[in-house]
Amino acid sequence: MGEGINGLNGMVGGMVGGMVGGMGSGMSAVTEELGAPAKLLIDGVSKWFRSGVVETHALDRVSLSVEEGSFVCLVGPSGCGKSTLLNMIAGLEFPDSGSVQTEGRRVTEPGRDRMMMFQESALFPWLTVLGNVLFGLRLKPGLTRREQKDVAMYYIRLVGLERFANANIHELSGGMRQRVALARSLAPNPRVLLMDEPFAALDAMTREQLYGDLQEIWAARRKTIVFVTHNVREAVCLGDRVILFSPNPGRILEEFKIDLPRPRDINSPDLAKHASAITAALKNRPGGGGEAAVPAGERLLGLERALLEGEA
Amino acid sequence: MRFAKALLFFAVLVLVWHGVALSERWSPLVVPSPVETLRFLTGAVRDGSLWEAFSVTMGRLGTGYFVGILIGMPLGFLTARFDWARDTVGVAGLGLQGLPSVCWVPLSLIWFGQNESAMLFVVVMGTVWSVALATDNGVRSVPPIYLRAARTMGSRGLHAWVKVILPASLPYIVSGVKQGWAFAWRSLMAAEIYVAIPKGYGLGQWLHHSRELLRMQDVIGIMLVIVGTGLLADKLLFSPWERFLHKRWGLSK
Repeated sequence: MGEGINGLNGMVGGMVGGMVGGMGSGMSAVTEELGAPAKLLIDGVSKWFRSGVVETHALDRVSLSVEEGSFVCLVGPSGCGKSTLLNMIAGLEFPDSGSVQTEGRRVTEPGRDRMMMFQESALFPWLTVLGNVLFGLRLKPGLTRREQKDVAMYYIRLVGLERFANANIHELSGGMRQRVALARSLAPNPRVLLMDEPFAALDAMTREQLYGDLQEIWAARRKTIVFVTHNVREAVCLGDRVILFSPNPGRILEEFKIDLPRPRDINSPDLAKHASAITAALKNRPGGGGEAAVPAGERLLGLERALLEGEA
Repeated sequence: MRFAKALLFFAVLVLVWHGVALSERWSPLVVPSPVETLRFLTGAVRDGSLWEAFSVTMGRLGTGYFVGILIGMPLGFLTARFDWARDTVGVAGLGLQGLPSVCWVPLSLIWFGQNESAMLFVVVMGTVWSVALATDNGVRSVPPIYLRAARTMGSRGLHAWVKVILPASLPYIVSGVKQGWAFAWRSLMAAEIYVAIPKGYGLGQWLHHSRELLRMQDVIGIMLVIVGTGLLADKLLFSPWERFLHKRWGLSK
Protein backbone atom coordinates (compact mmCIF):
# COMPACT_ATOMS: atom_id res chain seq x y z
CA MET A 1 0.00 0.00 0.00
CA GLY A 2 1.06 3.53 -0.89
CA GLU A 3 4.49 3.46 0.65
CA GLY A 4 6.85 6.30 0.00
CA ILE A 5 4.30 8.96 -0.81
CA ASN A 6 5.99 12.22 -0.02
CA GLY A 7 4.75 15.71 0.43
CA LEU A 8 1.47 14.75 1.91
CA ASN A 9 -0.13 17.62 3.66
CA GLY A 10 -3.55 17.38 5.01
CA MET A 11 -4.08 20.87 6.18
CA VAL A 12 -6.10 23.53 4.56
CA GLY A 13 -7.31 26.40 6.72
CA GLY A 14 -10.69 26.79 8.28
CA MET A 15 -12.49 25.14 11.10
CA VAL A 16 -13.06 21.88 9.33
CA GLY A 17 -10.04 20.48 7.59
CA GLY A 18 -9.93 18.08 4.73
CA MET A 19 -8.42 14.96 6.26
CA VAL A 20 -10.87 12.19 6.66
CA GLY A 21 -9.62 8.68 7.19
CA GLY A 22 -11.36 5.56 6.12
CA MET A 23 -12.23 6.64 2.60
CA GLY A 24 -13.97 3.98 0.63
CA SER A 25 -11.10 2.89 -1.54
CA GLY A 26 -8.68 2.39 1.33
CA MET A 27 -6.17 4.51 -0.50
CA SER A 28 -4.43 7.33 1.25
CA ALA A 29 -6.23 10.61 1.23
CA VAL A 30 -4.04 12.80 -0.90
CA THR A 31 -5.16 16.36 -0.77
CA GLU A 32 -2.68 19.04 -1.54
CA GLU A 33 1.03 19.43 -1.83
CA LEU A 34 2.18 22.48 0.00
CA GLY A 35 4.40 23.58 2.87
CA ALA A 36 7.02 21.51 4.66
CA PRO A 37 7.15 17.78 3.96
CA ALA A 38 5.20 15.74 6.42
CA LYS A 39 7.17 14.69 9.46
CA LEU A 40 4.88 11.79 10.16
CA LEU A 41 2.88 9.96 7.59
CA ILE A 42 0.21 7.48 8.51
CA ASP A 43 -1.05 5.86 5.38
CA GLY A 44 -4.14 3.68 5.28
CA VAL A 45 -3.40 1.97 8.58
CA SER A 46 -5.65 -0.85 9.78
CA LYS A 47 -5.26 -2.89 12.92
CA TRP A 48 -7.14 -5.77 14.48
CA PHE A 49 -6.72 -7.20 17.95
CA ARG A 50 -7.55 -10.79 18.59
CA SER A 51 -8.04 -12.22 22.05
CA GLY A 52 -9.54 -15.69 21.96
CA VAL A 53 -12.57 -15.62 19.72
CA VAL A 54 -13.15 -11.88 20.11
CA GLU A 55 -11.75 -9.77 17.34
CA THR A 56 -11.63 -6.02 17.67
CA HIS A 57 -11.18 -3.77 14.71
CA ALA A 58 -9.06 -1.11 16.37
CA LEU A 59 -8.19 1.02 13.36
CA ASP A 60 -9.77 1.10 9.94
CA ARG A 61 -7.79 2.61 7.07
CA VAL A 62 -6.62 5.66 8.96
CA SER A 63 -4.54 8.19 7.09
CA LEU A 64 -2.97 11.25 8.60
CA SER A 65 0.02 13.44 8.03
CA VAL A 66 1.69 15.56 10.65
CA GLU A 67 3.93 18.46 9.71
CA GLU A 68 7.25 19.20 11.31
CA GLY A 69 6.82 21.26 14.45
CA SER A 70 3.05 21.04 14.64
CA PHE A 71 0.96 20.08 17.62
CA VAL A 72 -1.70 17.54 16.74
CA CYS A 73 -4.28 16.23 19.18
CA LEU A 74 -6.07 12.93 18.65
CA VAL A 75 -9.42 12.95 20.40
CA GLY A 76 -12.01 10.27 20.80
CA PRO A 77 -13.67 7.92 23.27
CA SER A 78 -11.82 4.90 24.58
CA GLY A 79 -11.59 2.10 22.07
CA CYS A 80 -11.26 4.38 19.07
CA GLY A 81 -7.70 3.27 18.49
CA LYS A 82 -6.02 6.60 19.13
CA SER A 83 -3.55 5.13 21.62
CA THR A 84 -2.87 2.24 19.27
CA LEU A 85 -2.01 4.73 16.56
CA LEU A 86 0.36 6.50 18.93
CA ASN A 87 2.03 3.20 19.82
CA MET A 88 2.51 2.53 16.13
CA ILE A 89 4.26 5.85 15.65
CA ALA A 90 6.42 4.97 18.65
CA GLY A 91 7.26 1.63 17.07
CA LEU A 92 5.79 -0.38 19.93
CA GLU A 93 3.01 -1.82 17.78
CA PHE A 94 2.66 -2.39 14.07
CA PRO A 95 -0.19 -2.01 11.59
CA ASP A 96 -1.79 -5.07 9.99
CA SER A 97 -2.00 -3.10 6.76
CA GLY A 98 -0.91 0.32 5.65
CA SER A 99 2.22 2.00 6.87
CA VAL A 100 3.56 4.46 9.40
CA GLN A 101 6.51 6.54 8.27
CA THR A 102 8.74 9.15 9.81
CA GLU A 103 10.84 11.21 7.43
CA GLY A 104 9.93 8.90 4.59
CA ARG A 105 11.13 5.78 6.41
CA ARG A 106 8.82 3.09 7.59
CA VAL A 107 8.70 2.69 11.38
CA THR A 108 9.98 -0.76 12.31
CA GLU A 109 11.15 -0.20 15.89
CA PRO A 110 11.27 2.42 18.62
CA GLY A 111 13.73 5.21 18.00
CA ARG A 112 15.27 8.10 19.85
CA ASP A 113 13.71 10.49 17.33
CA ARG A 114 10.30 9.59 18.76
CA MET A 115 9.87 9.76 22.52
CA MET A 116 6.76 8.70 24.33
CA MET A 117 5.08 9.94 27.48
CA PHE A 118 2.47 7.81 29.21
CA GLN A 119 -0.57 8.44 31.37
CA GLU A 120 1.14 6.92 34.39
CA SER A 121 4.50 8.57 34.53
CA ALA A 122 6.29 5.22 33.97
CA LEU A 123 9.25 6.68 35.83
CA PHE A 124 11.65 4.19 37.37
CA PRO A 125 11.28 4.21 41.16
CA TRP A 126 14.80 2.86 41.68
CA LEU A 127 16.31 5.97 40.13
CA THR A 128 16.27 9.56 41.31
CA VAL A 129 14.80 12.36 39.20
CA LEU A 130 18.21 12.94 37.66
CA GLY A 131 18.74 9.20 37.13
CA ASN A 132 15.43 8.94 35.30
CA VAL A 133 16.20 11.85 32.99
CA LEU A 134 19.66 10.41 32.39
CA PHE A 135 18.33 6.97 31.45
CA GLY A 136 17.71 7.78 27.80
CA LEU A 137 20.79 9.98 27.56
CA ARG A 138 23.07 7.20 28.75
CA LEU A 139 21.92 5.21 25.74
CA LYS A 140 22.57 8.03 23.35
CA PRO A 141 25.96 7.71 21.68
CA GLY A 142 28.41 10.56 21.35
CA LEU A 143 27.98 12.25 24.71
CA THR A 144 30.46 12.30 27.57
CA ARG A 145 29.22 11.63 31.10
CA ARG A 146 29.66 15.30 31.84
CA GLU A 147 27.60 16.36 28.83
CA GLN A 148 24.89 13.83 29.66
CA LYS A 149 24.54 15.31 33.11
CA ASP A 150 24.51 18.86 31.79
CA VAL A 151 21.79 18.02 29.30
CA ALA A 152 19.74 16.24 31.96
CA MET A 153 20.04 19.18 34.33
CA TYR A 154 19.05 21.56 31.55
CA TYR A 155 15.76 19.72 31.02
CA ILE A 156 15.14 19.31 34.73
CA ARG A 157 15.49 23.08 35.03
CA LEU A 158 13.24 23.52 32.01
CA VAL A 159 10.40 21.75 33.81
CA GLY A 160 11.17 23.69 36.97
CA LEU A 161 12.42 20.86 39.16
CA GLU A 162 16.09 21.72 39.71
CA ARG A 163 15.58 21.60 43.47
CA PHE A 164 14.32 18.03 43.15
CA ALA A 165 17.05 16.60 40.93
CA ASN A 166 18.14 14.18 43.64
CA ALA A 167 14.67 13.43 44.99
CA ASN A 168 13.17 9.95 44.85
CA ILE A 169 10.18 9.47 42.59
CA HIS A 170 7.77 8.50 45.37
CA GLU A 171 8.46 11.82 47.07
CA LEU A 172 6.99 13.77 44.16
CA SER A 173 3.39 14.75 43.51
CA GLY A 174 1.57 13.46 40.43
CA GLY A 175 2.12 16.72 38.58
CA MET A 176 5.82 16.77 39.40
CA ARG A 177 6.16 13.20 38.19
CA GLN A 178 4.68 14.11 34.84
CA ARG A 179 7.12 17.00 34.64
CA VAL A 180 9.97 14.57 35.21
CA ALA A 181 8.48 12.29 32.56
CA LEU A 182 8.35 15.26 30.20
CA ALA A 183 11.99 16.11 30.93
CA ARG A 184 12.91 12.47 30.41
CA SER A 185 11.22 12.38 27.00
CA LEU A 186 12.73 15.70 25.93
CA ALA A 187 16.28 14.94 27.09
CA PRO A 188 17.39 12.72 24.17
CA ASN A 189 16.21 15.58 21.93
CA PRO A 190 13.61 13.69 19.90
CA ARG A 191 12.00 15.35 16.91
CA VAL A 192 8.62 13.91 17.75
CA LEU A 193 7.02 13.80 21.16
CA LEU A 194 4.22 11.29 21.61
CA MET A 195 1.94 11.90 24.56
CA ASP A 196 -0.67 9.36 25.63
CA GLU A 197 -3.16 11.12 27.92
CA PRO A 198 -0.28 12.41 30.02
CA PHE A 199 -2.41 14.66 32.21
CA ALA A 200 -5.50 12.47 32.57
CA ALA A 201 -4.66 11.34 36.09
CA LEU A 202 -3.94 14.82 37.46
CA ASP A 203 -6.19 17.25 39.28
CA ALA A 204 -7.57 20.24 37.35
CA MET A 205 -5.28 22.82 38.92
CA THR A 206 -2.12 20.90 38.19
CA ARG A 207 -3.37 20.14 34.71
CA GLU A 208 -3.95 23.79 33.89
CA GLN A 209 -0.46 24.64 35.02
CA LEU A 210 0.97 21.91 32.84
CA TYR A 211 -1.00 23.14 29.81
CA GLY A 212 0.83 26.41 30.19
CA ASP A 213 4.20 24.74 30.68
CA LEU A 214 3.77 22.41 27.76
CA GLN A 215 2.79 25.23 25.38
CA GLU A 216 5.78 27.23 26.56
CA ILE A 217 8.18 24.34 26.06
CA TRP A 218 6.66 23.53 22.70
CA ALA A 219 7.04 27.14 21.59
CA ALA A 220 10.67 27.16 22.73
CA ARG A 221 11.74 23.71 21.49
CA ARG A 222 9.47 23.34 18.45
CA LYS A 223 8.94 19.63 18.70
CA THR A 224 6.37 17.84 16.65
CA ILE A 225 3.83 16.69 19.20
CA VAL A 226 1.14 14.07 18.80
CA PHE A 227 -1.10 14.21 21.84
CA VAL A 228 -3.79 11.67 22.64
CA THR A 229 -6.67 12.67 24.90
CA HIS A 230 -10.38 12.11 25.38
CA ASN A 231 -10.82 15.67 26.63
CA VAL A 232 -12.00 18.00 23.83
CA ARG A 233 -11.12 21.17 25.70
CA GLU A 234 -7.66 19.94 26.43
CA ALA A 235 -7.21 19.16 22.76
CA VAL A 236 -8.43 22.60 21.71
CA CYS A 237 -6.20 24.24 24.29
CA LEU A 238 -3.07 22.50 23.08
CA GLY A 239 -3.40 21.53 19.44
CA ASP A 240 -2.97 23.26 16.10
CA ARG A 241 -5.15 20.52 14.79
CA VAL A 242 -7.68 18.36 16.56
CA ILE A 243 -8.38 15.03 14.92
CA LEU A 244 -11.60 13.44 16.03
CA PHE A 245 -11.81 9.64 16.10
CA SER A 246 -14.85 7.41 16.26
CA PRO A 247 -14.72 3.89 17.68
CA ASN A 248 -15.69 0.42 16.44
CA PRO A 249 -13.78 0.47 14.19
CA GLY A 250 -11.42 3.32 14.91
CA ARG A 251 -11.66 5.91 12.18
CA ILE A 252 -10.95 9.58 11.72
CA LEU A 253 -14.31 11.28 11.91
CA GLU A 254 -13.33 14.85 11.31
CA GLU A 255 -10.50 17.27 11.65
CA PHE A 256 -10.51 20.78 13.10
CA LYS A 257 -7.91 23.46 12.78
CA ILE A 258 -7.50 25.62 15.85
CA ASP A 259 -6.31 29.14 15.08
CA LEU A 260 -6.50 30.62 18.54
CA PRO A 261 -3.51 32.73 19.64
CA ARG A 262 -1.05 31.20 22.09
CA PRO A 263 -0.55 30.75 24.92
CA ARG A 264 -4.10 29.59 25.33
CA ASP A 265 -6.04 29.52 28.54
CA ILE A 266 -8.26 26.48 28.94
CA ASN A 267 -10.91 28.65 30.61
CA SER A 268 -11.18 31.27 27.89
CA PRO A 269 -14.62 31.67 26.27
CA ASP A 270 -13.11 31.52 22.78
CA LEU A 271 -11.65 28.18 23.51
CA ALA A 272 -14.92 26.93 24.95
CA LYS A 273 -16.65 28.07 21.75
CA HIS A 274 -14.28 25.99 19.64
CA ALA A 275 -14.75 23.03 21.91
CA SER A 276 -18.52 23.20 21.73
CA ALA A 277 -18.32 23.60 17.96
CA ILE A 278 -16.45 20.31 17.83
CA THR A 279 -18.99 18.70 20.09
CA ALA A 280 -21.82 20.05 17.98
CA ALA A 281 -20.22 18.96 14.72
CA LEU A 282 -19.94 15.54 16.22
CA LYS A 283 -23.56 15.28 17.19
CA ASN A 284 -24.71 16.32 13.73
CA ARG A 285 -22.66 13.74 11.96
CA PRO A 286 -23.94 10.27 11.32
CA GLY A 287 -20.50 8.77 11.77
CA GLY A 288 -17.18 8.33 10.15
CA GLY A 289 -17.93 5.84 7.44
CA GLY A 290 -20.28 3.35 5.86
CA GLU A 291 -20.27 -0.21 7.09
CA ALA A 292 -19.97 -0.11 10.85
CA ALA A 293 -20.24 -3.02 13.24
CA VAL A 294 -22.29 -0.94 15.65
CA PRO A 295 -25.30 1.22 14.69
CA ALA A 296 -24.36 4.87 14.37
CA GLY A 297 -26.65 5.87 17.23
CA GLU A 298 -24.87 3.68 19.73
CA ARG A 299 -21.53 4.85 18.54
CA LEU A 300 -22.50 8.46 19.06
CA LEU A 301 -23.72 7.69 22.54
CA GLY A 302 -20.23 6.47 23.38
CA LEU A 303 -18.74 9.57 21.85
CA GLU A 304 -21.00 11.91 23.73
CA ARG A 305 -20.22 10.20 26.98
CA ALA A 306 -16.55 10.72 26.36
CA LEU A 307 -17.10 14.32 25.41
CA LEU A 308 -19.10 15.01 28.55
CA GLU A 309 -16.23 13.57 30.57
CA GLY A 310 -13.95 15.86 28.67
CA GLU A 311 -16.04 18.90 29.41
CA ALA A 312 -16.20 18.15 33.10
CA MET B 1 10.67 3.37 73.84
CA ARG B 2 10.11 0.38 71.58
CA PHE B 3 13.33 -1.09 72.80
CA ALA B 4 12.26 -0.59 76.41
CA LYS B 5 8.97 -2.36 75.74
CA ALA B 6 10.74 -5.33 74.18
CA LEU B 7 13.19 -5.45 77.09
CA LEU B 8 10.39 -5.38 79.63
CA PHE B 9 8.56 -8.15 77.81
CA PHE B 10 11.56 -10.45 77.83
CA ALA B 11 12.38 -9.59 81.44
CA VAL B 12 8.88 -10.65 82.47
CA LEU B 13 9.21 -13.82 80.40
CA VAL B 14 12.48 -14.78 82.11
CA LEU B 15 11.02 -13.96 85.54
CA VAL B 16 8.03 -16.23 84.94
CA TRP B 17 10.38 -18.94 83.73
CA HIS B 18 12.50 -18.48 86.83
CA GLY B 19 9.43 -18.65 89.04
CA VAL B 20 8.26 -21.87 87.42
CA ALA B 21 11.71 -23.40 87.81
CA LEU B 22 11.91 -22.31 91.47
CA SER B 23 8.51 -23.79 92.28
CA GLU B 24 10.00 -27.23 91.50
CA ARG B 25 6.61 -28.29 90.27
CA TRP B 26 8.46 -30.04 87.45
CA SER B 27 11.81 -31.77 87.61
CA PRO B 28 14.80 -29.57 86.61
CA LEU B 29 15.32 -32.14 83.87
CA VAL B 30 12.16 -30.86 82.25
CA VAL B 31 12.30 -27.19 83.25
CA PRO B 32 15.86 -26.07 83.91
CA SER B 33 16.26 -22.71 85.58
CA PRO B 34 17.37 -19.65 83.64
CA VAL B 35 20.36 -19.44 85.97
CA GLU B 36 21.54 -22.89 84.86
CA THR B 37 21.01 -21.95 81.24
CA LEU B 38 23.00 -18.77 81.67
CA ARG B 39 25.74 -20.70 83.44
CA PHE B 40 25.94 -23.11 80.51
CA LEU B 41 26.09 -20.26 78.00
CA THR B 42 28.83 -18.33 79.81
CA GLY B 43 30.80 -21.54 80.22
CA ALA B 44 30.41 -22.38 76.54
CA VAL B 45 31.49 -18.92 75.55
CA ARG B 46 34.47 -18.99 77.90
CA ASP B 47 35.88 -22.36 76.77
CA GLY B 48 35.30 -21.46 73.12
CA SER B 49 33.08 -24.44 72.38
CA LEU B 50 30.13 -22.24 71.52
CA TRP B 51 32.14 -20.16 69.08
CA GLU B 52 33.52 -23.32 67.50
CA ALA B 53 30.09 -24.87 66.94
CA PHE B 54 28.73 -21.54 65.79
CA SER B 55 31.53 -21.19 63.23
CA VAL B 56 30.96 -24.68 61.89
CA THR B 57 27.24 -24.03 61.51
CA MET B 58 27.74 -20.60 59.95
CA GLY B 59 30.28 -21.99 57.51
CA ARG B 60 27.80 -24.58 56.31
CA LEU B 61 24.96 -22.11 56.22
CA GLY B 62 26.97 -19.52 54.34
CA THR B 63 28.13 -21.99 51.71
CA GLY B 64 24.74 -23.63 51.25
CA TYR B 65 22.87 -20.34 51.18
CA PHE B 66 25.31 -18.81 48.71
CA VAL B 67 25.13 -21.80 46.38
CA GLY B 68 21.35 -21.85 46.74
CA ILE B 69 21.06 -18.21 45.65
CA LEU B 70 23.60 -18.72 42.90
CA ILE B 71 21.45 -21.48 41.44
CA GLY B 72 18.02 -20.18 42.42
CA MET B 73 18.22 -16.68 41.05
CA PRO B 74 19.26 -17.54 37.47
CA LEU B 75 16.67 -20.32 37.57
CA GLY B 76 14.03 -17.74 38.45
CA PHE B 77 15.12 -15.47 35.61
CA LEU B 78 15.01 -18.45 33.27
CA THR B 79 11.49 -19.51 34.23
CA ALA B 80 10.27 -15.91 34.01
CA ARG B 81 11.80 -15.40 30.60
CA PHE B 82 11.02 -18.65 28.81
CA ASP B 83 7.69 -20.40 28.87
CA TRP B 84 9.32 -23.77 28.29
CA ALA B 85 11.39 -23.26 31.44
CA ARG B 86 8.33 -22.28 33.44
CA ASP B 87 6.43 -25.33 32.23
CA THR B 88 9.27 -27.66 33.23
CA VAL B 89 11.64 -26.37 35.90
CA GLY B 90 9.04 -23.90 37.14
CA VAL B 91 6.49 -26.60 37.88
CA ALA B 92 9.12 -28.80 39.51
CA GLY B 93 10.24 -25.88 41.66
CA LEU B 94 6.71 -25.14 42.76
CA GLY B 95 6.30 -28.73 43.85
CA LEU B 96 9.66 -29.03 45.53
CA GLN B 97 9.24 -25.78 47.41
CA GLY B 98 6.36 -27.38 49.26
CA LEU B 99 8.56 -30.30 50.28
CA PRO B 100 9.89 -29.79 53.83
CA SER B 101 13.67 -29.75 53.50
CA VAL B 102 14.13 -32.44 56.14
CA CYS B 103 12.63 -34.83 53.57
CA TRP B 104 15.83 -34.47 51.56
CA VAL B 105 17.88 -35.97 54.41
CA PRO B 106 17.34 -39.68 53.69
CA LEU B 107 18.10 -39.22 50.02
CA SER B 108 21.19 -37.12 50.59
CA LEU B 109 22.52 -39.64 53.14
CA ILE B 110 22.27 -42.39 50.53
CA TRP B 111 23.75 -40.24 47.79
CA PHE B 112 26.55 -38.57 49.67
CA GLY B 113 27.02 -40.59 52.86
CA GLN B 114 27.59 -39.18 56.33
CA ASN B 115 29.53 -36.10 55.32
CA GLU B 116 29.52 -32.37 54.64
CA SER B 117 28.19 -32.81 51.11
CA ALA B 118 25.03 -34.40 52.43
CA MET B 119 24.57 -31.44 54.75
CA LEU B 120 25.21 -28.94 51.98
CA PHE B 121 22.82 -30.69 49.63
CA VAL B 122 19.97 -30.39 52.11
CA VAL B 123 20.61 -26.69 52.66
CA VAL B 124 20.87 -25.96 48.94
CA MET B 125 17.64 -27.84 48.22
CA GLY B 126 15.94 -25.89 50.97
CA THR B 127 17.07 -22.56 49.54
CA VAL B 128 16.99 -22.88 45.75
CA TRP B 129 13.27 -23.19 45.17
CA SER B 130 12.05 -20.36 47.31
CA VAL B 131 14.66 -18.03 45.82
CA ALA B 132 13.83 -19.17 42.28
CA LEU B 133 10.09 -18.73 42.77
CA ALA B 134 10.47 -15.28 44.33
CA THR B 135 12.76 -14.17 41.49
CA ASP B 136 10.35 -15.53 38.89
CA ASN B 137 7.48 -13.77 40.61
CA GLY B 138 9.46 -10.54 40.81
CA VAL B 139 10.34 -10.51 37.13
CA ARG B 140 6.77 -11.25 36.15
CA SER B 141 5.52 -8.43 38.34
CA VAL B 142 7.57 -5.79 36.55
CA PRO B 143 4.98 -3.36 35.15
CA PRO B 144 5.07 -3.71 31.34
CA ILE B 145 5.00 0.08 31.05
CA TYR B 146 8.55 0.23 32.43
CA LEU B 147 9.75 -1.93 29.58
CA ARG B 148 7.78 0.04 27.03
CA ALA B 149 9.22 3.29 28.32
CA ALA B 150 12.71 1.76 28.33
CA ARG B 151 12.28 0.52 24.78
CA THR B 152 11.32 3.92 23.47
CA MET B 153 14.53 5.23 25.03
CA GLY B 154 16.58 2.61 23.21
CA SER B 155 16.99 0.01 25.95
CA ARG B 156 16.72 -3.61 24.87
CA GLY B 157 18.17 -7.07 25.44
CA LEU B 158 20.80 -7.30 28.14
CA HIS B 159 20.62 -3.59 28.91
CA ALA B 160 16.90 -3.85 29.62
CA TRP B 161 17.51 -6.87 31.85
CA VAL B 162 20.26 -5.28 33.88
CA LYS B 163 18.95 -1.73 34.03
CA VAL B 164 15.19 -2.25 34.13
CA ILE B 165 14.00 -5.77 34.93
CA LEU B 166 16.56 -6.48 37.64
CA PRO B 167 16.08 -3.25 39.61
CA ALA B 168 12.33 -3.31 39.04
CA SER B 169 12.07 -6.77 40.57
CA LEU B 170 14.45 -5.96 43.42
CA PRO B 171 11.74 -5.69 46.11
CA TYR B 172 10.60 -9.23 45.27
CA ILE B 173 14.13 -10.55 45.03
CA VAL B 174 15.06 -9.11 48.42
CA SER B 175 12.05 -10.69 50.08
CA GLY B 176 12.77 -13.95 48.24
CA VAL B 177 16.39 -13.97 49.38
CA LYS B 178 15.24 -13.24 52.90
CA GLN B 179 12.79 -16.09 52.77
CA GLY B 180 15.57 -18.24 51.33
CA TRP B 181 17.66 -17.47 54.39
CA ALA B 182 14.89 -18.71 56.67
CA PHE B 183 14.58 -21.88 54.60
CA ALA B 184 18.34 -22.44 54.59
CA TRP B 185 18.51 -22.00 58.36
CA ARG B 186 15.69 -24.49 58.95
CA SER B 187 17.19 -26.97 56.49
CA LEU B 188 20.58 -26.80 58.12
CA MET B 189 19.22 -27.40 61.60
CA ALA B 190 17.30 -30.41 60.30
CA ALA B 191 20.41 -31.66 58.53
CA GLU B 192 22.64 -31.19 61.57
CA ILE B 193 20.21 -33.03 63.80
CA TYR B 194 19.82 -35.96 61.43
CA VAL B 195 23.18 -36.24 59.73
CA ALA B 196 25.74 -37.44 62.23
CA ILE B 197 29.21 -36.89 60.90
CA PRO B 198 32.53 -37.38 62.62
CA LYS B 199 34.01 -34.01 61.76
CA GLY B 200 32.52 -30.60 62.39
CA TYR B 201 30.28 -30.23 65.40
CA GLY B 202 27.55 -27.67 64.74
CA LEU B 203 24.78 -26.12 66.83
CA GLY B 204 22.19 -28.60 65.59
CA GLN B 205 24.31 -31.58 66.53
CA TRP B 206 25.05 -30.06 69.92
CA LEU B 207 21.33 -29.56 70.46
CA HIS B 208 20.71 -33.19 69.59
CA HIS B 209 23.44 -34.53 71.89
CA SER B 210 22.36 -32.33 74.76
CA ARG B 211 18.97 -33.97 74.61
CA GLU B 212 20.57 -37.40 74.66
CA LEU B 213 22.57 -36.34 77.73
CA LEU B 214 19.38 -34.94 79.29
CA ARG B 215 20.99 -31.49 79.67
CA MET B 216 17.95 -29.34 79.10
CA GLN B 217 19.72 -26.15 80.15
CA ASP B 218 22.11 -26.75 77.25
CA VAL B 219 19.21 -27.42 74.88
CA ILE B 220 17.49 -24.18 75.81
CA GLY B 221 20.77 -22.27 75.74
CA ILE B 222 21.53 -23.42 72.19
CA MET B 223 17.99 -22.69 71.10
CA LEU B 224 18.46 -19.16 72.37
CA VAL B 225 21.67 -18.87 70.36
CA ILE B 226 19.84 -20.05 67.23
CA VAL B 227 17.02 -17.56 67.75
CA GLY B 228 19.52 -14.77 68.40
CA THR B 229 21.45 -15.61 65.26
CA GLY B 230 18.28 -15.38 63.19
CA LEU B 231 17.44 -11.96 64.63
CA LEU B 232 20.98 -10.74 64.12
CA ALA B 233 21.07 -11.94 60.51
CA ASP B 234 17.84 -10.14 59.85
CA LYS B 235 19.25 -6.92 61.26
CA LEU B 236 22.63 -7.17 59.56
CA LEU B 237 21.81 -8.78 56.21
CA PHE B 238 18.30 -7.70 55.31
CA SER B 239 17.37 -4.57 57.20
CA PRO B 240 19.79 -2.37 55.24
CA TRP B 241 18.25 -3.56 51.98
CA GLU B 242 14.74 -3.05 53.24
CA ARG B 243 15.63 0.42 54.46
CA PHE B 244 17.07 1.19 51.04
CA LEU B 245 13.93 -0.04 49.28
CA HIS B 246 11.79 1.89 51.69
CA LYS B 247 13.70 5.08 51.02
CA ARG B 248 13.87 4.74 47.24
CA TRP B 249 10.60 3.09 46.34
CA GLY B 250 8.60 4.44 49.23
CA LEU B 251 7.57 0.88 50.02
CA SER B 252 6.50 0.02 53.50
CA LYS B 253 8.22 -2.96 54.98
